[in-house]
Amino acid sequence: MKNKNISYMDSVYRDGRIWGIIVGAVLISFPFALSFIFGALPNFKFLLQGLWATAPMYWAVGIIEIFTYVPMLGAGGTYLSFITGNISNLKLPCAIDAMERANVKASSEEGEVISTISIAVSSIVTTFIIIVGVICIAPLTPVLDSPVLKPAFDMILPALFGGLGVVFVSKNLKLAIAPIALMLILFIFVPALNAERVGIMVPVGVVFTIVIARILYKKGKI
Amino acid sequence: MTFNVNHPILFIIVGAIITLVLAQSFYFLFKALRRAKQLGIAKETVKKTISSSAIFTVAPAVAILVGIVALSKSLGLALPWLRLSVIGSLSYETIAAKNTLGTALGTTVTDPSVYISIAWVMTISIAAGLVLVPFLTKKIHKGVNSIGMKDKKWGETLNNAMFLGMISAFVGYVFCDVGLVIKGDLSGFIPVCVMLVSAVVMVICGVLSSKLKARWITDYALPLSLVTGMASAIPFTMLLGGN
Repeated sequence: MKNKNISYMDSVYRDGRIWGIIVGAVLISFPFALSFIFGALPNFKFLLQGLWATAPMYWAVGIIEIFTYVPMLGAGGTYLSFITGNISNLKLPCAIDAMERANVKASSEEGEVISTISIAVSSIVTTFIIIVGVICIAPLTPVLDSPVLKPAFDMILPALFGGLGVVFVSKNLKLAIAPIALMLILFIFVPALNAERVGIMVPVGVVFTIVIARILYKKGKI
Repeated sequence: MTFNVNHPILFIIVGAIITLVLAQSFYFLFKALRRAKQLGIAKETVKKTISSSAIFTVAPAVAILVGIVALSKSLGLALPWLRLSVIGSLSYETIAAKNTLGTALGTTVTDPSVYISIAWVMTISIAAGLVLVPFLTKKIHKGVNSIGMKDKKWGETLNNAMFLGMISAFVGYVFCDVGLVIKGDLSGFIPVCVMLVSAVVMVICGVLSSKLKARWITDYALPLSLVTGMASAIPFTMLLGGN
């Protein structure tokens, strides 16, 4: 897949598309393979009921997520993250932290490279940990399932965004005040906004912060 | 073939798919490493990016394993292994299974057509990214990058604004249950306390790193604040209640 005449970014787009189509096709054909192997069709009542209740909402969120996360993850990071998942709770924080420490900007090619390395390593380590976990599931289950440890695993997002938040908020204090105030008001006073809805609120927060940033930028305040 | 949620053939297929996913990650890793060298990014920076990303990933990856254990009680190990190794999450897969069955997941699924229906719904309902990313990424990425090329400072501000927008949504989420306090339920404070602990650890790491002139502390500050925050959830839950 080498072609010296095209830029690095163009080769990332090209390879990302090829890999994306191959892996996507394999993942989507998995349920077909199950039908073929076990000689059973899906139960159509269950299938339609499940798709009707799940797909429209997650497709809508999924499409918005693409527009929200691509600029932050970079191209290589996007191609990997949208296959391996856990974007907001793992891949993106990992990439943001890596770019911050390497002192590179997400919009630069250096940022693209650091973000891709960080997300690829994170994907590989996650996959290996899960493989080891699946192999050793019997001895691990009592630990992973233990009620004592449950609160720790339930609180992964607050623990993650406390550390990440303090760095970003302190570095961009002026810009951070309005979106944090808005989100606090929304999440505290709108009961419908609960833990499951945070994914939908990310794009809202992003668009709102961009608008605030533009206003402050035009006024020369940031 | 007689169906069983832990049939060996399922592990073979899932193993093969996960190998392909791993191959993609390795491919992009080596591609980016080569480019890092060409761009003259310091070897030390690349090494630190690799090691701190790997260490940071451990705790969230173990949390994903917890999800596999939870789902495996009714779906066996193979399907949750695949589903949680690719896009999706414990909450998403649980909702997809519940929506398919019309009730929450209970005992082990024994009917292959039910199992296959669940696999279908889990796969298709979250496939927006899988289907559209190969075709949309270039346009979106180039579009945003061209903003940065026209006005570098605004491009950087825009990036910061996006990161902050995401972070603010999660900060808001941490406070989503504090309203319960009016009803005398203090458990809504648990995530807030955990976030504060994690933030304080991060600040301490930053201060120590500059006072002691030890840059390496900041390389591991995020994983340290993450794990300390998670661990603090155990005593906070004992103190403030919760389920």
